[in-house]
Amino acid sequence: MKISRKLFVLVLVVAMGLMLSATLVNAQDGTVIRIASQSPLSGGQSVVGTAIRNGTELAIMQLAGPLTELGYTVEFVPYDDQATADVGVSNAQLIVNDPAILAVVGHYNSGVAIPSSEVYNDNDLVMVSPANTGVNITDRGYATVNRICGRDDAQGAAGAQFAATLDGVESVYVLHDTTTYGQGVADFFSAEAEAQGLTVLGFEGTEETANFEGIIQPIIALEPDLVYFGGIYDRGGILISQLRTAGYTGVFLGPDGMDSSEFANIAGEAAIGTYYTTTGAPVTVFPEAAQFVEDYTAEFEMDPQPYAAQSYDVTGIIITAITQLIEENGTLPTRAEVAAAVRATTEYQGITGNYTFDDNGDPEMASYYIISVDSSDPALWGSNTILSTQMIPSPLAAMAMMEEMMPEATPGS
Amino acid sequence: MSSETLTPPQVPALDSPWRRLLDSFPVRYILYPVGQMVIFIAGAAGILTLLSVLLALLVPEPRPNIVLMDQIGKQLPGMIISGISIGFVYSMVALGYTLVYGVLKFINFAHSEIFMVGSVIGFEVMQRIEDVGFIQLWHPVALVVTIVGSAMIISGLLAVLIERVAYRPLRNAPRLVPLITAIGISFFLIDFVRAIEAITRNDFNLTYPTGDLSYLRTPIPMTFGETTVNVRITSIIIVLAAVIMLIILNYFVNGTKLGRGIRAVSQDRTTAGLMGINVNLMISITFFVGGALGGAAGALFGLNVGTVTPYVGFIPGLKAFTAAVLGGIGNVTGALLGGLTLGMVESFLNGVLVYFPALGQRYTDIFAFSVLILILIFRPSGLLGERVDEKV
Amino acid sequence: MTAQTSQSPWTTFRTWLSRPSVAGVVILAYLLIVIVALLSLNRADLLFPLYSTLVFPPFVLSPFVILASPLDNRIKVTLILVLVVIAMPLIGIYDSSYLELTIQICIFAGLALGLNIVVGFAGLLDLGYIAFFAVGAYSWAMFTSSAETVFFVSGIIVPGWAFYIFIFVGVVLAALVGVLLGLPVLRLRGDYLAIVTLGFGEMIRVLARNADQPINFTNGSQGLLNVGTPPMPQFWVDFIGSIASTLGIRIAGNLEPLAQQMLFYFIGIVILGVIIVAARRLDNSAIGRAWTAIREDEVAAIAMGVPLVKMKLLAFATGAAFAGAIGVLYAAKQSFVSPESFSLIQSISILAMVIVGGMGGIRGVILGAIIVTLLNLQVLKNLSLQLNALRNIDFIVPLINFHIRDWPTQLEPAKYERLVFGLLLVLMMLFRPAGLLPEPRRKLELDMKKRAQPMETPVITSSETGD
Repeated sequence: MKISRKLFVLVLVVAMGLMLSATLVNAQDGTVIRIASQSPLSGGQSVVGTAIRNGTELAIMQLAGPLTELGYTVEFVPYDDQATADVGVSNAQLIVNDPAILAVVGHYNSGVAIPSSEVYNDNDLVMVSPANTGVNITDRGYATVNRICGRDDAQGAAGAQFAATLDGVESVYVLHDTTTYGQGVADFFSAEAEAQGLTVLGFEGTEETANFEGIIQPIIALEPDLVYFGGIYDRGGILISQLRTAGYTGVFLGPDGMDSSEFANIAGEAAIGTYYTTTGAPVTVFPEAAQFVEDYTAEFEMDPQPYAAQSYDVTGIIITAITQLIEENGTLPTRAEVAAAVRATTEYQGITGNYTFDDNGDPEMASYYIISVDSSDPALWGSNTILSTQMIPSPLAAMAMMEEMMPEATPGS
Repeated sequence: MSSETLTPPQVPALDSPWRRLLDSFPVRYILYPVGQMVIFIAGAAGILTLLSVLLALLVPEPRPNIVLMDQIGKQLPGMIISGISIGFVYSMVALGYTLVYGVLKFINFAHSEIFMVGSVIGFEVMQRIEDVGFIQLWHPVALVVTIVGSAMIISGLLAVLIERVAYRPLRNAPRLVPLITAIGISFFLIDFVRAIEAITRNDFNLTYPTGDLSYLRTPIPMTFGETTVNVRITSIIIVLAAVIMLIILNYFVNGTKLGRGIRAVSQDRTTAGLMGINVNLMISITFFVGGALGGAAGALFGLNVGTVTPYVGFIPGLKAFTAAVLGGIGNVTGALLGGLTLGMVESFLNGVLVYFPALGQRYTDIFAFSVLILILIFRPSGLLGERVDEKV
Repeated sequence: MTAQTSQSPWTTFRTWLSRPSVAGVVILAYLLIVIVALLSLNRADLLFPLYSTLVFPPFVLSPFVILASPLDNRIKVTLILVLVVIAMPLIGIYDSSYLELTIQICIFAGLALGLNIVVGFAGLLDLGYIAFFAVGAYSWAMFTSSAETVFFVSGIIVPGWAFYIFIFVGVVLAALVGVLLGLPVLRLRGDYLAIVTLGFGEMIRVLARNADQPINFTNGSQGLLNVGTPPMPQFWVDFIGSIASTLGIRIAGNLEPLAQQMLFYFIGIVILGVIIVAARRLDNSAIGRAWTAIREDEVAAIAMGVPLVKMKLLAFATGAAFAGAIGVLYAAKQSFVSPESFSLIQSISILAMVIVGGMGGIRGVILGAIIVTLLNLQVLKNLSLQLNALRNIDFIVPLINFHIRDWPTQLEPAKYERLVFGLLLVLMMLFRPAGLLPEPRRKLELDMKKRAQPMETPVITSSETGD
């Protein structure tokens, strides 16, 4: 036994030594840059989630030229957050553990983005969102969280202001899907609706995904002139379809969660005449996006959904920032450097607009659209009528503008 | 050997025309069960209305400008109708649980997925008819019968297959084993259906193509006094289909030889076998019937709701199980009662809780689970169930 | 070393292998190969997901290989200690995704051991076990989150170092809830018990989701963010940093999060160790024997004087207590708690772990936990990642000329965990109901029952009073 034990200890020491030296031998490959995306690729919201993923992929394919010339390979790593916060956080932990990933494009659901961005922020990984409108995303003031779309406080308010202008609308019933996004935007809508003098007959949250009959009952009984649903199209489509079948004749208004051709697919005839607000304009609004539409359709064999073009621009912003850093420093940038460069983006001309980030990560000016659905044909979603377009500054930009205009004004006066 | 020789001599006074009428086929198998249902629904509606009125008297204005009594008055017909329709859906699914429990003393956890398969098959059949074209030319009844019928057949066969493959080998295993197998099958089915839809359609939000069929989408206004309720035609279809199927089931279980065989197996499997009954066949038939009912419920649910996914089975399955237990698991009438009760209570709760923002409609689901738990704790045999003594 | 002509080569090989010195060298070689392979994997490789799926499981399963070998017990313990305390952390510093995986394995192993007490020891099928886990997690999260809960608003926020105290708070709270849940279900058996516990589990989740009105306790479906973490002493961070730099390992991400994860790893190992010891002690005690009696034949147990109520409640409470402790760790590690983490599929996963591994046996249960967690978190996810990497370069499968690009996007393996679980459960029940590492007693039970006459055990006893 004694001899075996000595042998054993010897072998153990040798083993440890070999093990440790193996770590010295190995080096990370320093010329791969990865950009990750997180969006729902499965489940009811996968139509828009896939659009976000595809937009990012197309951008990498088309815009990564400068980086490839500098000798770097740019790879795309899509992740599926299944519209669930836990999956998003688990994926986030996987993402931050891959040193080649320098930026994340995502998410679609604010409730998933917020906890996931905590993980990104701890690791200095920058996230730029094409579609997250929840106010808490940027209100936390993280240096690594940005978005190019609008905010729900402005969106909900815009929706309420629009509702007040509609003929015959005096009472509203507000429904939401209990997610961070849905509840948030419904809150803002409700507050502004009251400020506009509309009566809010009810404010209910429901997790129901299929059978809204029990919820529709009281709505019909209360006879509101307008029903607002804070949520995503997979439930909104079913809701309006069942509302109409139950005999509801009033107006239906939703936030940008309704913005998807799948809404028309699910709701069918009931989709005609509904309204929605959105911060991601239909691609047809932008003349520069025509080429994008062609390329997207050719590559993915489907029409670009809302937020595909925005993802394209987000990726463009990221690639531009990384290219700049490499040109300045000659080496692969760290994540913190990429985050700072992205935040410092000024006047990026993308296919959907011109973007500058404020100190919180919001775009200084965001556009908000109010759109009516004209056709139940999903293929015609992009040609819905735009009833109004507003450019609303982000809160920080608005404060800055006010200070410029009234330099002597003291806060609180 | 006819049964006449085994019955005691009848007292002549009882052999009256009344008696013959009451024992005749239409009365026993059609009027009586339908009568039971009507009385029960009326009773449940009455009690719930009373409770709601009491609540309205206690809390006249739960929110400013809303008088609860008025609202309840306006919503009453709607609440009752939607309660009935969802109640029948629960009943049909509950029957699947109860029939299987009756013969095997085993809870078929996978039944909720059989319901889901029914709804998916309903969608597939309807979608294919639509793809072939001219769906508007189909006679409505023929269309509904085709959709629901195919869902029934396939769900029934699926249930038989599951029993054959997964439950039969484990018939003698300890309690835990088939239960876990059932759970496993349930999970497997969910993702299996999802995988198939993913491969064939690359999407698993399945919307029933009712777009071209205006008769399915137009509501029927029914006036009750001052209020007019728009009743969805799919709700009426559900009620009609359910009543027809329940009548047929009742006749099958109580009036046919096969039904007697099934009842014998559920009473005492070994003795039934000794009496010459093909136990395995009876069990398979039971699974088929239960599965068919679940599938029908699924297809009808899908027609009513409009869009189904592979995950649509879990919650209704759980609620239907609650209903089966509420009525007394193993008891066919109990399943019906339990389903209708649960459906109506849910409907009333949804209608009333909306005026209490502190609670909100989300508590309706909590209610369903609490009912399940409370019943299982305080009266596990359910409303109509029997006490089972333990043999030592 | 006489050559016996009647002995097959395989038996000769096995005999040779069972000599301690030979076994020792073989095991060391195995460890060496696996660790070196793990450390030499390069993330930039195209097939990295595939390789890491092939190499990491053998590493994680090596303790079992060691335990199964004929070495001296002290050597086994030393080897395992070296693996756990030295090798794993080093691998973790090298690539923190493995560290993440191992922490998850610790968490689920602890949960599986807790459920094993309820299901495996006492024979009470609990499908809502995840509720106790939720209680532990929420107890820590509620008192430290920066979300706008009633606690945050009124300032009752607990500092980070209270984490260690809260582990005990979690234990106590969860045990209390366990007793509360156990009390009403005492008379129920088999299927009914399963469904009621399932109902309880769902109720806890729905309550957590809805407890944000009228008073915000849990922040509803939005979950609790920024959950507190135990404080990290500076020397710990520096220590990790210095190890990394001496070995020349470049850390992906920042040093602090890595050090935080390392801390959680060690806390997790300690908690798991305590749970293992507790479970073993219970198994070999009078309480354990009482549980076995209840499991096998409740009526006979009562007849023999086993205090049924006390023992059943104790089983619930102990199982819940384990889950509570792990819950606190989980909340701190994830720093985010939402009701969706505590759904039925989690309960079923843990049940699957217990069943796959072998109900009742501690070693088996841990093996089950490792297998299921790896399947879920590594194998399926890596398959998806691999598929994607191949899709990126437009890989064409050679013989059948199939473009990976044409694989439908909805058919990503990572989403089909239910399919895998379901299949696993069914196959295990049909072919190996006693599990992979069956406890001898359970195996005997199951074999005997299979051959016996079917006895229809009713679901309620006649000891109900009233009616």
